[in-house]
This record gives sequence, structure tokens and C-alpha cells, in this order.
Amino acid sequence: MAVHITLPESRKKSAVPDAPKHLVTPGDVITTDTGYMRGHGTYMDDDKLKASLAGVVERVNKLICVQPLKTRYNGEIGDVVVGRVTEVGQRRWRVDVNSRLDAVLMLSAVNLPGGELRRRSAEDELMMREYLQEGDLISAEVQAIFHDGALSLHTRSLKYGKLSQGVMVQVSPSLVKRRKTHFHNLPCGASVILGNNGYVWVSPTINDEKTESSGGYEQDLEPVPSTDREVIARLRNCILALATHKLLLYDTSVLYAYEASRQHQVKDLLQPDIAEKVADDTRQRLQMESG
Amino acid sequence: MCHKIRHPRYWLIVPFKMAGLEIISDQGYRIDGRRSSELRKVCARMGVFTQADGSAYIEQGNTKALATVYGPHEVRKGRGKIQHDRAVVNCQFSMATFSTGERKSRPKGDRRSQEMSMHLRQTFEAVIVTELFPRSQIDIYVQILQADGGNYCACVNAATLAVIDAGIPMKDYVCACTAGFIQDSPLLDISYVEESAGAPFLTVAMMPKSEQIVLLEMNSRLHADNMEKVLDLATQGCKDVFAVLDRHVRDHVSESHALMTAS
Repeated sequence: MAVHITLPESRKKSAVPDAPKHLVTPGDVITTDTGYMRGHGTYMDDDKLKASLAGVVERVNKLICVQPLKTRYNGEIGDVVVGRVTEVGQRRWRVDVNSRLDAVLMLSAVNLPGGELRRRSAEDELMMREYLQEGDLISAEVQAIFHDGALSLHTRSLKYGKLSQGVMVQVSPSLVKRRKTHFHNLPCGASVILGNNGYVWVSPTINDEKTESSGGYEQDLEPVPSTDREVIARLRNCILALATHKLLLYDTSVLYAYEASRQHQVKDLLQPDIAEKVADDTRQRLQMESG
Repeated sequence: MCHKIRHPRYWLIVPFKMAGLEIISDQGYRIDGRRSSELRKVCARMGVFTQADGSAYIEQGNTKALATVYGPHEVRKGRGKIQHDRAVVNCQFSMATFSTGERKSRPKGDRRSQEMSMHLRQTFEAVIVTELFPRSQIDIYVQILQADGGNYCACVNAATLAVIDAGIPMKDYVCACTAGFIQDSPLLDISYVEESAGAPFLTVAMMPKSEQIVLLEMNSRLHADNMEKVLDLATQGCKDVFAVLDRHVRDHVSESHALMTAS
């Protein structure tokens, strides 16, 4: 088995077009006009509106906010997230969703196995650990936001629930594009869930008929064939390559990256120069399609 | 340039010419060739680690520091630390065993590291807008990879860049610099050789745009008449460091923004 070793390379400065219009760093004065409302990333000091983050100023009518490059996930109601259970508490599970506080999944917000609709009893509380344990991965939707910023999740639909076999990739939340749907069955032979919180789940193609009866809690633990495994591994490396080169992730970009990577071996995609090539090819193809 | 001082009594008269090393030569050059009010070369890089929320590496002359920031996240260990109205800032300072001339193993909990960690925590608690993150924790880990004077300053500068990289709101940058006083002239950015020559020096950490001093540290004795000169030089040094860091942050942000919006 050969080990691949490379010497450190200096980062290449990519061909950068002109600087964005209004770039600020912490402490910069954005405006002294008091008519504006301050949004995220700003604070008032005397009569001046100053930036507290390094980023681009966005102005929507009278609201001024600063968008940073990367930040922890800030939940919005309706977002699809992939999270990991960290704690089983009284009538709730605490789920890590890459945000500043752990999200809460209430017992009343999950589907009981078998799809029953009834009041949760004390027995259900004691059986919580049989449904979800610490370390389990789930996909859920944000139902509400607590006053301190913690999210409240629910898995009321059959497409949400415990995730069984697959690979999770962690990227920055700002790289996941907001779309109508975040569950994609890619034609290359795998399914992808692009969580808004930056956690991406790649798994073998989900058959819709199987999940209806179980209510989202049965894990399919049959061995996955090696062709599917290779597709999943290739997709995972493509997503990492796109994230390293700061391309937005959505179904089209992931698919184009997969097709651009076909000529390389799956493990070669981890090397920085090949990953850069795949990202550049994807970027060019996306620009051609749009422009 | 060796001065052989025969009579032992004369050693007291010329303290800063010991062993032939003059801190400032007759032409006004220091040991490393700088002038008395020149900073050492500052090289910085943001986003060194992809796993951490924010990270930065800085070199000030031969002093190298690496900072990583995690957060804000849920308080994991010890529910007693949770503050209901603001975030808890947790700093940890460490020096690598290979950072000094002699390899010295430093246990994490020793006095010097704890004192530095406390200074860093006080500095960043004053600057980070912690009221936006109730019940969370922000971790800042700084490690010195090579120590050549100005360790605290390199830590503060690296941690500032790492906090900006992590997207945690701050009121302003925090830049730190040392200034000393040798042979009737103030010196900027003291290196290890100048520190060990025994000259008095102070460390200043300040917010450059609002010109507020966040931390001022001095462990030696300096005459009150000279204090103002040295302090002015140190604040000017902080503003010079800020100019370098700000340019670097702007380049980094504009490049990353261009990459993200190009797709």
C-alpha cells in the first residue's frame, strides 16, 4: 500500500474580479445616518452604525446587515436539518445541529412506530431510548425557535426520521443553497439530503414504498452492494471538493461535480490538485448553463 | 564590536553593552537591524484549519502563534458555567515544547499558562459581543510554536484573526504590541534578546479604531517621566499592526466572496 505524501504548496491566488462593493471589518463605521434599522452583524455606538463582523454589507430598504463568510447555523422555520442526538432527556431529545445551541426534538413532535396518533403516555417516555439514542443521526424540520435561539424540531412527515446507512459530510452552512426541496434522488444511484445546517447525508437510493409502514424508525441494515458504496464514496469526495473551493451546494452542482469526477479514481479526488480541477470544471459548466 | 571591560567595577556603568551585544548601536540600529520605532515583519493567514469554526496563524518576526476558535456552541462540560444572558469565553494558552531555545516540557496547568489564559480571556470578553449568545460557550485556543519575544501580542493578534474568521461579532479588532525603554530611547516590538537584557518594557492591547486600551501589562520598573513616551510608541505600534491585519482580512474576505458568488 503506497502512502501519498505531498510537500506544502503555497495557495494560488485565484483570478479574482474586483472587490465587492461594500466590504467592512469589525469596528468600521457603516453609516452615520440614524434612519436605518440595524440587522445582524452591526451595533450602535453613539450615533454611528458600526459593523461587528467582516463581510459584505447588505441593504434591504431601511435594514442594514452584514453577511459574514461563515458562521454557525442560524435556524429558520421550515428548514430541513440533519442532526445528531446528544442527549435523551425528559420528554425530549437534544440534537446537535451545528448551531450555537443544541436543538430540541420533543417527544410529541415525532411519529410513533406504526403511525399511531395518540397522546404520549409515561410508557412512551420510558421507551424514548428505544426510538433514538445518543449518537443517532436524524433528519428533521425546524418547527419553531425558542426565545434564546434554540431550535425546536419535528419529524412529523414520513420522509424525516432516523437515518440508517450512509455517509455524513460536514460543510459550512453558508454553502448550502436554499431550494424548494433538500431531498434529492440523484440519477447516479444515490440519495442526498442537503441539510440547511451544513450537514449533508449521502445514502443509497431510498425506495419510497419501504418507509411508509415503519413510520421512520426502522433502520435498513442490509448490506449495501459495493457499486452503491462506490457511488456514495465518490459523491462524498465531490461534495468535499466543492466545499473546499467554496462552491454553493445544490443538486445540480453536486451532479455536475460527480460527472466531472468520473475520469478519476475515487480516492484520487482527495488530492488537492484533482479536487481543484473537479471544482473548476463544475464552476465552468455552471457558468455556461447560466450565462 | 566587542568591548572588553577589564575592571569589574565598570560593568555597572555600562549595563547594556554586556558581552559585546549592544541593544542599540551608535548609528541607531538594533540587533536585528531595525530602527527603534520599527515593527517586526508581520505575516498572517486566516482559515488554516477547516475543522475549526475559525483559525489563524501569525508570524511576528520569529515569533509564531497559531489560534483556533470553536463556537459559539452549547456548553458541554460543567453546567455550572452557563450564563443566562451572555456567552462564556474560554481561553487556553500553551507553548509548544520546541518553542524556546531549550526543549522544555510545559504542563498545561502551570502558573504562566494560566495567567496568560486569564489575560486572554479578559481581553476577549471585553471585545466579543457576548450578549448575543446567551447560554453558549466560545473556546479560543492559542499555541506558541516559536517564542522570540512578544508572545502575548502574537497570541492576541492571532486570536483576533481567528475570531473574525469564525464569524463571531466583535466591537473592534484587538491588536497588541510591546514597547521598551533602553538607553534613553523607547523601542518598539521587543524581541527575546532585548527582553532578556533586562530593559523595562510594557505590553499594550488596544482597540485601534476606538483607541481604547483593553489590557496593559508591565512587570518591570519604569520612571514615570518616560511612561508617556513608551505608551505612545506602543499605541502607535498597535495601530501599525492593525493596518497589516486589516489589509489581510479584507483580501481574504473579498477573495472568498468572489469564489462563492462566482458559481
